[in-house]
Amino acid sequence: MLVEGILVTIVGAATPIALAAIGELVVERSGVLNLGVEGMMIMGAVVAFGVALGTGNPYLGIVAGALAGVAMSLLFGLFTVYLATNQVATGLALTLFGLGLAGLIGESFVGTPGVKLQPIPIPLLADLPIIGPALFARDVIVYASFAVVAGVSYALFKTRAGLVLRATGENAEAAHALGRDVRMIRMAAVAFGGACAGIGGAYLSLVLSTQWTEGMTAGRGWIALAIVVFATWLPWRALAGAYLFGGVIILQLHAQALGVRVPPQAMTMLPYIATIVALILLSRNQTTMRKHTPAALGRAFVPDR
Amino acid sequence: MKRVLSSLLAVGTVAALSVGFSATTLADDEPLKVGFVYVGPISDHGWSYAHDQARLAMEAEFGDMVETTYLESVPEGADTVRALERMARSGHDIIFATSFGYMESVGEVAERFPDVVFEHATGYQSAGNFANYNGHFYEGRYVLGKIAGLETETNTIGYIASYAIPEVVSGINAFMLGAQSVNPDVEVKIIWVNTWYDPPREAEAANALIDQGADILVQHTDSTAQLQASQERGVRGFGNDSDMGAFAPEAQLTAIVNNWAPYYIDRVQAVMDGTWETGSYMGNMEDGMVQMAPFANMADETKAVAEETMAGIISGDIHPFTGPIFNQAGEEVVAAGEVAPLDMILSMNFYIQGIDDAYPN
Repeated sequence: MLVEGILVTIVGAATPIALAAIGELVVERSGVLNLGVEGMMIMGAVVAFGVALGTGNPYLGIVAGALAGVAMSLLFGLFTVYLATNQVATGLALTLFGLGLAGLIGESFVGTPGVKLQPIPIPLLADLPIIGPALFARDVIVYASFAVVAGVSYALFKTRAGLVLRATGENAEAAHALGRDVRMIRMAAVAFGGACAGIGGAYLSLVLSTQWTEGMTAGRGWIALAIVVFATWLPWRALAGAYLFGGVIILQLHAQALGVRVPPQAMTMLPYIATIVALILLSRNQTTMRKHTPAALGRAFVPDR
Repeated sequence: MKRVLSSLLAVGTVAALSVGFSATTLADDEPLKVGFVYVGPISDHGWSYAHDQARLAMEAEFGDMVETTYLESVPEGADTVRALERMARSGHDIIFATSFGYMESVGEVAERFPDVVFEHATGYQSAGNFANYNGHFYEGRYVLGKIAGLETETNTIGYIASYAIPEVVSGINAFMLGAQSVNPDVEVKIIWVNTWYDPPREAEAANALIDQGADILVQHTDSTAQLQASQERGVRGFGNDSDMGAFAPEAQLTAIVNNWAPYYIDRVQAVMDGTWETGSYMGNMEDGMVQMAPFANMADETKAVAEETMAGIISGDIHPFTGPIFNQAGEEVVAAGEVAPLDMILSMNFYIQGIDDAYPN
């Protein structure tokens, strides 16, 4: 039973990070670096919480959280894609703006218990020993996180749209010369990233702890960003990275409760170190690294007038 | 640790030598300007929230006679100095800085603004215009221990702790002393989350403890996440810093409530009267700084024990750290019938016997 309990919590810890990471992966594949993941996540968390509270319907909360993420990302896209501002600076500004704005919006929600998104167990599969409760007795966001990773993986590498997206990330000028609307493609990717980060944030305030508190993302957006790089921009590796991170977080808590005593600071660092080390090992092959890094990442594209 | 001890001594000396510092007398029609600096957002529903509630209560008490301002989420460090300076320069008469890590900055700014009065929470330094204040919150944790010891069925308590500082360690020990006094078989599992405030992380820690058999959870962190997780999993727990019952009406047994309002009212009044003096104030259950949320979700007998314990602490008949107290090595640290000296409590860095866990270094 302990193993089941551990797995259940690992999936909970990994899901918001996996969602934010897969969204950012698509954004970066299009050649845009959005460091505002944390800001989009927290906006998703606060708006999802508020809408779920106001309507009593957590599903409307998820939709609203996604839309909040999209709204934030479009603001970012407007600046970086159309006005060609510096992506790093704009992304950082988006994070700061998001954290502040979310605090302002959420002021009246403080101290109010929220509406919890209930799980929908899948018949039969949910009864499987060990993995059943962890994977098949969950809420829609967990199921969606797997579907999104599978969908992104398929779309990126098996469809024409994915090829075009990767082309804009590799060489925007060439894609433009072929008649592709680079800015539209990048805006779409940025919006997709915003939606994923928004839903990831919604998971925090609708499932992990059904309350709104300022700064409740607590750096998870930054973890997602790091995972994208160390996963060499490959969707399944990003998912694995998120699960590794979530897994080590939960296991160190259990180790502590069992009385394994290492300094708590070291325990807290462990998930970060483990994830980075594992992904460095994965990405140590320079050829794959070079092959998968979007060549135009972080470079603004301005079409000739 | 040595530094803490010597500073405690220094505080005593300074307090003894200080010659009644009197604040600037004000024109009668001008409101007294009172500033507050918080380490977290006032919306944390914990530490900073409790301070802000006290600010509002103080404002309600004095009405037009005071004007209050606050700065929230002020990081400990260089920003503290700037925040305090800004307040001092903009005509504040008394400034409350409410986090341990502000101590050095308060000392620095207080020296530069001798006409402004500074009050620092949970520290141990002071000067002519710089006082400190804190509460004996472990008194509340002793009551929680009694309740947990009586109410647990698995004899396993889960404890979510923030940082291994004396305040938290003495809280764990006081809690266990209370639990052991009513249940010799009680065990505690401790998780250090290394944060004061990360709701999802606190919820994960709560779930881990419940998975390992804990049926009562205690926290020394600031959010309501533990209680929500407890309610969802059908176990019970205690709130911290403020009454968190609204988040978990079926799970909250009680909560330690920090009530800073009487102290703030007192000190502001003193500045108005020109009678303010520096010092080190320790609030407790008796003066109302350490309060408990209503006892709920427990047997009537448990409630009676909890109320009796509170009454005993208030009357002075009960002190949580009354010997014999043994450390984990089995050495007697407080002799039978003795009460642990205050500096031992304020610098506590060991676990008592019966905590089956290694002390974090």
